[in-house]
Amino acid sequence: MDLLLVLGIPFAGTLVLAFVGARRYAAELNIGFSLATLLAVALLALRVVRSGSLLLWQEQFYLDSFNVFLVVLTAFVGFTTTVFSRPYMRVEAQHGRVNARRLRLYHSMYQLFMGAMLLALLTNNMGLLWVAMEAATLSTILLVSLYRTKASLEASWKYFILCGVGIAQALFGTILLYFAAEHILGQQGMTALLWTHLDAVRGQLEPRVLGLAFVFLLIGYGTKVGLAPLHNWLPDAHAEGPAPVSAVLSGLLLNVALYAVLRCKVLVEGSIGAALPGRMLMVFGLFSAVLGALFLWRQRDIKRLFAYSSIEHMGIITFAFGLGGPIANFAALLHMTVHSLTKSSLFFTAGHASQSAGTQRMDGIRGLASSRPALGWGLMLGSVAILGMPPFGIFASEFLILTTAIQEHPWATPFLLLTLGIAFAGIFSKVQPMVFGDGTAPKVQHAPSLAPVFVHLGMVLALGLYIPPALAACYNAAARLIG
Amino acid sequence: MHDADLIAQLLRLLAAGLLLISFAMLSRRRTQRLITLYAWQGAILFLSTCLVAYGEGLRELYYSAALTLILKVILLPWILHRLIHRLGAQWDSEPLVNIPATMLVGLVLVIFAFGLAQPISMLATTITRHTIGIALAVILLSFMMMITRRKAMTQVIGFLAMENGLFFAATSTTYGMPMVIELGIALDMLVAVFILGIFFFQIREQFDSLDLHHLEKLRED
Repeated sequence: MDLLLVLGIPFAGTLVLAFVGARRYAAELNIGFSLATLLAVALLALRVVRSGSLLLWQEQFYLDSFNVFLVVLTAFVGFTTTVFSRPYMRVEAQHGRVNARRLRLYHSMYQLFMGAMLLALLTNNMGLLWVAMEAATLSTILLVSLYRTKASLEASWKYFILCGVGIAQALFGTILLYFAAEHILGQQGMTALLWTHLDAVRGQLEPRVLGLAFVFLLIGYGTKVGLAPLHNWLPDAHAEGPAPVSAVLSGLLLNVALYAVLRCKVLVEGSIGAALPGRMLMVFGLFSAVLGALFLWRQRDIKRLFAYSSIEHMGIITFAFGLGGPIANFAALLHMTVHSLTKSSLFFTAGHASQSAGTQRMDGIRGLASSRPALGWGLMLGSVAILGMPPFGIFASEFLILTTAIQEHPWATPFLLLTLGIAFAGIFSKVQPMVFGDGTAPKVQHAPSLAPVFVHLGMVLALGLYIPPALAACYNAAARLIG
Repeated sequence: MHDADLIAQLLRLLAAGLLLISFAMLSRRRTQRLITLYAWQGAILFLSTCLVAYGEGLRELYYSAALTLILKVILLPWILHRLIHRLGAQWDSEPLVNIPATMLVGLVLVIFAFGLAQPISMLATTITRHTIGIALAVILLSFMMMITRRKAMTQVIGFLAMENGLFFAATSTTYGMPMVIELGIALDMLVAVFILGIFFFQIREQFDSLDLHHLEKLRED
């Protein structure tokens, strides 16, 4: 029942908002649907916490410690983003950047996107996972091109082509997985693609086929994670779409794609051992982290800056999962959570800041601290958090990742330190004049809702100081599962 | 088993046809011709899926063959034809540089695909196992088409042809994916084409052309 609600509410929201998405109460309705989803998710999560992993609906849906926290995170950030989006989109409509039809499209596709991501996280079927990822891609293409400017069309075209190709690779990987599974599990229709069934027989799956499948799956879903060298779509899509969309792309979609990679990794490791997949994740992750940090320096657009920072952080997380072991996996899971919270709060503040300055170019945004103190400090604190300053949660996870890397793969340490150093200097030197520089940022008509920003940052701070035992148990169990 | 032999032979013939069409796509300039070729590719897929279904007596495969016929031979080509008519782009053609070089690269890709498919073919037990290499080659050739072409419509046809290759790969290795998944994939494809159809109009409105040369403003600076 609760599962039906979790999946049903966003899709019902898609339909309802497709008709009334431009009315005056549409933004509130959007918030309402997301809040209802969050509550349903909370019910489902409580059940998992109480009774362990769940198999629902003839084993088609599966919840364990790994996906349950991601589901909660997705629903939560999905909800806070709708709160942020209410004043933001009103101002956009006032500035004439969106008309009624596009507003309807925006609200409807937002709910579809949330539904697709929740479906991808909850499904036990590797084929359905693919279908849900593709649906999430298609809905975000429409969201990225919402403003219909030349740049946004270009960004979404690039997004479609790159992610289309990527997701096709993932489909081939899924076919190979099915092929290997069918030999062991027989032609039982749907069950041969169920993750739990595959996991039960993963030792018997043909290693050569699975090795090949993993390459395709990693490239395919890795494109959506934003792993270099397949990251080109990411900065454009983040910069050209509306700020709430950038927030959920960076905060949620990248996590979901990485989740898909990791589910595949668990299966593949059972068959061919941990060495090869681990090494591939480490190399791709480190490369993305370094590249993301280097490109940070050259950005002039505030949303592109944080998009490259997302590439860097997803790289670090991927690297940590490649390291493997209980500590690195724990740290990576924590990092997924805090990065998602921090990065979405940064896109909230970046969105409001560029709205009031009238430009996304960073040299046009000045003096936020004096003219819009709450906004300015939100941006500053978010940047400090994303740079891994103590006592924020990112410090804890990065510290754990770094120390594990020093112990197990010392060769990677200089690269990691270099990445963190460059990113620090890059982001700090660009954010500092925006917040404290000379100039004023005029007020916009609708007061921004900064509550989500500070709620997110507060949670990141809290997670840096104290991880609740339930969450820690969840991370630990998931870390063991990922291996 | 004379019958099975014949079916296997026919399947290989059809697979060869599929590969030939992929090469033809690489060398065609007219958008309209490309759509026709895409429809032919769908028709071959339909025939080969029917043959496999008949040869192995698999009921579900008839459904997926019917899905192919409706979607890839009739519906999608029709949508694409209507699109280019409404865009007035039916006589569009694009200059292709160096067709012989493209063909040579294509050949290398085919050899690579066969090498990659070797271990899978050895393990497969389907009557179509020898065509896995061709399926992979079709995927790679369509991929190349997407990279080398500069027209929006052509890239989309490349994308759809790649999906054809994937579908063929699924039938050759495992007699197709479970029905629900195939329906999901088909739905995604259909939605993708609709979205792109809307896109074409917007791109043309903004840039006065469907040429993707205009879409190169967002660069790293």
